[in-house]
Amino acid sequence: MEVFGIWVAAFLTFCIYSFLYRDNPFYRFAEHLFIGLAVGYGIVITIHQGLIPLAWNPLWQAITGEGEASRWGLLNLIPICIGLLFFARLSRRHSWLIRYPLAILIGVGSGIAIPNVLQADIFAQTHGTLTPFSQIGRLSAFEIFGAILMVIGVICTLTYFFFSVEHQGAIAGISKIGIAFLMIGFGSAFGNTVMGRVALLIQRVDFLLNNWLGTLF
Amino acid sequence: MLEKLMNIDRRIIFIAIALSVIIPTLLPVNLPITGSEPTQKLYDYIDALPPGSTIMLAFDYGPSSLAEPAPMAEAVMKHCFDKGVRIIGVTLIVDAVTLADKLMQKVSEEKGAVYGKDYVLLGFRPGVTQVILGMGTEIAGVFESDYTGKPLSEIPMMANITNYDQIDLLLDLSAGSTVEIWITYANVKYGLQIAAGVTGVIVSQMYPYLQTGQLVGLMPGFLGAAEYEKLINAPAKGTEGINTESFAHLLIVGLVIMSNIAFFVHQRQSVGASSRSQREE
Repeated sequence: MEVFGIWVAAFLTFCIYSFLYRDNPFYRFAEHLFIGLAVGYGIVITIHQGLIPLAWNPLWQAITGEGEASRWGLLNLIPICIGLLFFARLSRRHSWLIRYPLAILIGVGSGIAIPNVLQADIFAQTHGTLTPFSQIGRLSAFEIFGAILMVIGVICTLTYFFFSVEHQGAIAGISKIGIAFLMIGFGSAFGNTVMGRVALLIQRVDFLLNNWLGTLF
Repeated sequence: MLEKLMNIDRRIIFIAIALSVIIPTLLPVNLPITGSEPTQKLYDYIDALPPGSTIMLAFDYGPSSLAEPAPMAEAVMKHCFDKGVRIIGVTLIVDAVTLADKLMQKVSEEKGAVYGKDYVLLGFRPGVTQVILGMGTEIAGVFESDYTGKPLSEIPMMANITNYDQIDLLLDLSAGSTVEIWITYANVKYGLQIAAGVTGVIVSQMYPYLQTGQLVGLMPGFLGAAEYEKLINAPAKGTEGINTESFAHLLIVGLVIMSNIAFFVHQRQSVGASSRSQREE
């Protein structure tokens, strides 16, 4: 059975890579199969690891009085009913009901996210940019250079995205330096993306040469 | 010649890239691996944990991206089991749970670790943010049972673990945006120490968090896996991968330089030709 699985995986790998030559039915078959399987698998796992333990079990135990759950489990009916309102979208007449779960999701989501995101991505990052200057006496010449360069990079890049004043004169010059910093950032991201994509190819080649050919020789 | 180079069939480049991976896979070459600070920081952090400590491993990658995070997970698990550090496996990604289960079983068999005593796999719960926030209050409130359906109250390892207060580190092995989510909710709200092992595609986004100390360590792609394997003296898939990858990188760098030279020479020739034709007119 394991050998059969390896052969299926090898066949599907070749199907996917056949797209590099040109689009073809084998590629489309593998692509559709992957999407269908991923969605189906996701639904089954979500039901078994999410819906049943978090919604169904507490509710059922509250109704039947089995297990450790108390009658408080019936409170699960509230989020379950609100969640079910998402399916109102399927009916043209009742589709307005979807506004309630969406409003709750967006409201709760924003309320939870805004203070934490501000702390994680704005305050902590600003603190991190300026902290080296509070320890400047203990830094090496290279570290001081790095700290100054980082502040210059942050100011110039933010200036590039500041559209309330016309980009002329000194502002234009600072924005151009900001573009240079952005390009360096994009270059780094591109290089790392290449590294990630090649890693996927290496894993597939390793599978084909060692696992698949290993079943033949 | 230049025209041919400018109009090269992309399939020739694909074949060249394929060969740059196939040949080193068939004929492995051991290139030197030098350690980097982000990986060293993670290693030092885990190495300094006393036996009996607990780390949470978040397997936030799917089958389509397991090439890089899986060797990292394997290396870190080996280190933890050798040190007597306990592992709680968890995932926010729906299709990661069976990958996590398979990998934990493989490494535990190799290291003689016992399920329920040295490690446990909680599995998957939908919700991402709610899961992270919920575990901050009470892990059993989100995962009343482990991946196999066994109640947490019956798992000896979980007896004294209520929430993040008893977790010494969360290592997120990620191929997406989950590291930022763990930082935003688990680190900011509950002060949980976080480290990351990420695919090459997202590693650039991680360095600002490393610089501010929001990440205690970072493993960048195959390189991070290879460095960690070197630190624990157990070369495996990460080391094999980075050796092969180096050849592909050399080829890609060569192609980038060659195509840029061809582009600028071609541009200069075109400008020269058009100015000559203007003079003739």
